[in-house]
Amino acid sequence: MTDTARAIDSPTATAANGKVLLKVEGLVKHFPIMRGVIQRTVGAVRAVDGVSFEVVTGETFGLVGESGCGKSTTGRTILQLYRPTAGHVWFDGLDLTRLKGNELRLMRRHMQMIFQDPYASLNPRMTINDIVGEPLLVHGIIPRSEIPDRVRELLRLVGLNPSLANRYPHEFSGGQRQRIGVARAVALQPRLIICDEPISALDVSIQAQVVNLLEDLQDRFNLTYVFIAHDLSMVRHISDRVAVMYLGILVELADRDDLYLHPLHPYTQALLSAVPVADPLVEEKRRRVILEGDVPSPINPPSGCRFRTRCPIAQEYCAQEVPAWRELRPGHWVACHYAEGGGIM
Amino acid sequence: MLRDLGTSPRVLDVTDLVTQFRTPEGIVHAVNGVSLHLDQGETLGIVGESGCGKSVTVLSLLRLIPSPPGEIVRGQADFLGVDLLQMSQDEIRRVRGAQIGMVFQDPMTSFNPVLTMGKQLTEPLEIHLGMTKSQANERAAELLEMVGIPNAADRLKDYPHQFSGGMRQRVMIAMGLSCTPQILIADEPTTALDVTIQAQIIELVKRLRDEIGMAIIWITHDLGIIAGLADRVMVMYGGYIIEHAPVKELYANPLHPYTIGLLGSLPRLDQQRERLTSIEGMPPILMEEPKYCPFAVRCSFVQDRCRRENPLLMSVAPQHEIACWVDVRTGRLRA
Repeated sequence: MTDTARAIDSPTATAANGKVLLKVEGLVKHFPIMRGVIQRTVGAVRAVDGVSFEVVTGETFGLVGESGCGKSTTGRTILQLYRPTAGHVWFDGLDLTRLKGNELRLMRRHMQMIFQDPYASLNPRMTINDIVGEPLLVHGIIPRSEIPDRVRELLRLVGLNPSLANRYPHEFSGGQRQRIGVARAVALQPRLIICDEPISALDVSIQAQVVNLLEDLQDRFNLTYVFIAHDLSMVRHISDRVAVMYLGILVELADRDDLYLHPLHPYTQALLSAVPVADPLVEEKRRRVILEGDVPSPINPPSGCRFRTRCPIAQEYCAQEVPAWRELRPGHWVACHYAEGGGIM
Repeated sequence: MLRDLGTSPRVLDVTDLVTQFRTPEGIVHAVNGVSLHLDQGETLGIVGESGCGKSVTVLSLLRLIPSPPGEIVRGQADFLGVDLLQMSQDEIRRVRGAQIGMVFQDPMTSFNPVLTMGKQLTEPLEIHLGMTKSQANERAAELLEMVGIPNAADRLKDYPHQFSGGMRQRVMIAMGLSCTPQILIADEPTTALDVTIQAQIIELVKRLRDEIGMAIIWITHDLGIIAGLADRVMVMYGGYIIEHAPVKELYANPLHPYTIGLLGSLPRLDQQRERLTSIEGMPPILMEEPKYCPFAVRCSFVQDRCRRENPLLMSVAPQHEIACWVDVRTGRLRA
């Protein structure tokens, strides 16, 4: 059995309570690598390689990992912005991977995305009015004549002055632009919003503004978020449950506090220990696990456990056998042969 | 100025540095009278958000401000008895990369892509220390080994693109330390890196600091990194230093409303916060000479005086300076 097949077969981490809005099952996305004049496929970047989880209505599901671990690709593949290589994405009971054309477009109303870069994700030739009003126009859910009023209302909702609606993106700061992106994402009153690193391009004092805005909107409209980020402190702050990704797969998933207080996977433990804490007294006492080397290439990931090349407690067995994705404690999933041993802390 | 109780000799003493940029839209007041000092072997953290003037401050000291449009309007920077700002181009070139080492943010663009790492590492050794080619090569391999690059001697023949981001930043640090400088200036050296790689780099810098004993100026927007690395911290806002204290004092007892806001807006890895206290508004655009406190428009403690007069950095506790009219503990003007 190949690694991928095994990953797809592995069980989906189920959410304990609440109504499941999104179910991701064995999601795989490979990007082919082509060479030569006839563009022969010579390999694949295995960006996402068998990811399964559920997201409950109204919760914030955090997805963390370092650059290149596949977290953004997972987000885009959920929304069918990339078509998956294998696996299923169930949204409210409907398999998005089987929808096409108009059916998919109708579903998109319910699922929106907030992008990382507020400078690149807004069309510089469109006014704020047009940018925020565009989804309303495309989906035609309200009469055209009512759009300007709704746009003003949306701008007010995200804390922007509606009188600025006729300006262009370059006239706004990064934080304001991200508010525009948020206004556009909530315009259709979606049920799910994938936030792909929504604050990492912003200054610290502005990050808190945008995060507070996202939390307020969630309370008000019972929104469900998948919050993708590399900032583990911010993910702890905003998420209800958190999944940790490494090289295309999930290595650990748990309730927020459980994950941060009792991480089971050596990678999660190392990752958490590497994050600096803004308190010199805490920093003095902290034990840090320094991982050796870099993340291997997703074109040719290590056999067995993908983390074994950097894992301080790796055994020979780790190279032979892919660790099973298992629920070690209620609601706490981990993929490590030696998770019972307490890991590396 | 704050004076430490320690007896380490002073290596750098900067007084009233003012740097401006002339643009078609007007003059950008990037650095508005910054004074700082640095003792042998200590680490000074400079913290602030984009556009606060932290990078321009150190680039001015190194005389790396492009002119025009930039101009160092006034100030002194006493480095071991000589004023860096008065040196000729030739003289400052002999200091840069030799007595003052530099590490910049972006390990992807700071190297010349068409020269081997070996060539780029040996060049300063040949120029500053007058080494021969073979001496320089030997030393370069030692340096790469020191920063933890495997097969150091072989890797000298490789080009920058053959190194990963973390490895490139290691080479950059090796280069910054190649001539055993008195001061290492590190401008957001880990911002472009993943957190596990960042931890590697910070451990490395701490180890080398203890081995070599150089002083460090570490510039960052990340209050977490500074907490574990610096001895003293300066917080900058709108081209001014607005708070200056030893690291433990600053985090335990922040006294400037901006520093308080900044710490409150940070989520913590080690504890759960109900809601982040955000700082409303935006950082200032530095197009006008500030006539009053640059933080007044965003400040929740603001008083009338804050909108009339710009507070100077003043001592409010032993080794603790702030530029603020208000006593945040009472919410009233400082007596």
